Amino acid sequence: MTTALTIDSLRKVYANKFEALKGVSLQVEEGDFFALLGPNGAGKSTTLGIVSSLVNKTSGEVKIFGHDIDRDPVQAKLNLGVVPQEFNFNQFEKVEDIVMTQAGFYGIPTAKARANVEKYLRELGLWDKRDQQARMLSGGMKRRLMIARALVHDPKLLILDEPTAGVDIELRRSMWRFLQEVNAEGKTIILTTHYLEEAEALCRNIAIIDKGEILEHSSKRELLSKLNQETFILDLHAAPENTPQLEGFEVRLLADGHIEVDAVSGRNLNQAFIQLEQQGLKVKSMRNKANRLEELFVRMVNDERQANTRQAGEAS
Amino acid sequence: MTHTSWIALQTIVIREVRRFTRIWAQTILPPAITMTLYFIIFGNLIGRQIGDMSGFSYMEYIVPGLIMMSVITNAYSNVVSSFFSMKFQRCIEELLVAPVPNYIILLGYVAGGVARGLAVGFIVTIVSLLFTDLQIQHLGIVVSVVLLTAVLFSLGGFINAIYANKFDDISIVPTFVLTPLTYLGGVFYSIELLPEVGQIASKINPILYMVNAFRYGVLGVSDVHIGVAYGMIFLFIAVLFTFSLHLLNKGVGIRN
Repeated sequence: MTTALTIDSLRKVYANKFEALKGVSLQVEEGDFFALLGPNGAGKSTTLGIVSSLVNKTSGEVKIFGHDIDRDPVQAKLNLGVVPQEFNFNQFEKVEDIVMTQAGFYGIPTAKARANVEKYLRELGLWDKRDQQARMLSGGMKRRLMIARALVHDPKLLILDEPTAGVDIELRRSMWRFLQEVNAEGKTIILTTHYLEEAEALCRNIAIIDKGEILEHSSKRELLSKLNQETFILDLHAAPENTPQLEGFEVRLLADGHIEVDAVSGRNLNQAFIQLEQQGLKVKSMRNKANRLEELFVRMVNDERQANTRQAGEAS
Repeated sequence: MTHTSWIALQTIVIREVRRFTRIWAQTILPPAITMTLYFIIFGNLIGRQIGDMSGFSYMEYIVPGLIMMSVITNAYSNVVSSFFSMKFQRCIEELLVAPVPNYIILLGYVAGGVARGLAVGFIVTIVSLLFTDLQIQHLGIVVSVVLLTAVLFSLGGFINAIYANKFDDISIVPTFVLTPLTYLGGVFYSIELLPEVGQIASKINPILYMVNAFRYGVLGVSDVHIGVAYGMIFLFIAVLFTFSLHLLNKGVGIRN
């Protein structure tokens, strides 16, 4: 299988001496749907900025489909489409002109460019808006415009930096479907997102980055297998006065009368129901508290920070 | 140049031309009105009191200078405002992620500046014909000097835009450097009228050479040798082009 993106020992030190990346190495295989996750300031956007040639790297190597971004920038860039986090088009230009111009930057002849522009504007529901100035579009439409612009030259690798930030749920779901279709057509997709539900729903492989270092880089399945605890929220027929005590489970009473139950993976939940029944509490409904990846993410980042704090304490 | 680069260059130029024609009321109309006022006030009303200069009526004498002044200011301001706006709105990223070589980016913006400089220069020339007859002496010199001058000041505008961090930064150079140099560059007078020290000081002003080379093409008179003027223009273009390309390659002002 071809490697879509290879990042090797990537370092970035900004002019103010801040070390944003401390030797990041990553590989993304062709056809993958890959998530790069991390808290704010972790180094996600810097990494993608270097891959997209928007940020100068301090050292390290980046290859896109085998083409080094320094030695063979033209071929590397031809294979790459970028959807940035913030709107970066001329708000006073027409929708169609923005996408046509981008096709021109990639050297696509006019006839072919027009066909591609129409295809992607239609697929993203913007064809009717093609003669409008970009500033007249809603936030969601502007995001879709940036996706159409990134796809107009048919790149093999599509990078999206928080593509659904600030987008309502309905639109987010429709963008997910669109990205899944694009991925099914064979394009490799890398995204960063704060919605871990998004990464869990879409991605096959995940890397977690914090403070410029990769904490984890594996398949979503492997990552989730590391999660040995799940939290359930139980809605009871009658709210208990005190927190029920359940042997083998951690329980918390919530303000709205629901209870939160932590269960270690593999533990039979029936044990919890039986004990509740014995205490005269009947369960009306049950749901997962949060998506599993979110729990894992928070745990990993916190573990890393606690370890760093301990090391700093020992050093001092 | 590859076919891909050629299409990219065309795209940049078309976008630049579309930009300044879309906002024609800010880009084309004001210089036409300003220059008309110059012709009426300096050329017609005051010029009649001044009499001849270098054997020509004052109106005839200042027309080449005013045409050059509009070419210089418009070529410069087109590139500085367009490229800085691209930086400010982050649209420059559209170009940086695409496989467009840096020299193509530079050529594209310079071509846009030249297009606006020539468009405004042409309109000012048409306006000047309402006030005087222009008997062009050396057409080749007129065309080449105006073209090279537009290239030179487009490059100047590009460097200004690269270093600019806020909108104030794109008006400082035109206000405090370009305008004084243009006014003192022999647009309104022959440097022969100045004392010797003034003449020597004027000769370190590059705009003097361009204005006089253009005036030589139109009227056949100049305060400087035409060969020296060409040499100065080519030298400045070479230096500014090399420096601009170096800044782009380093990513100064556009990449972190």
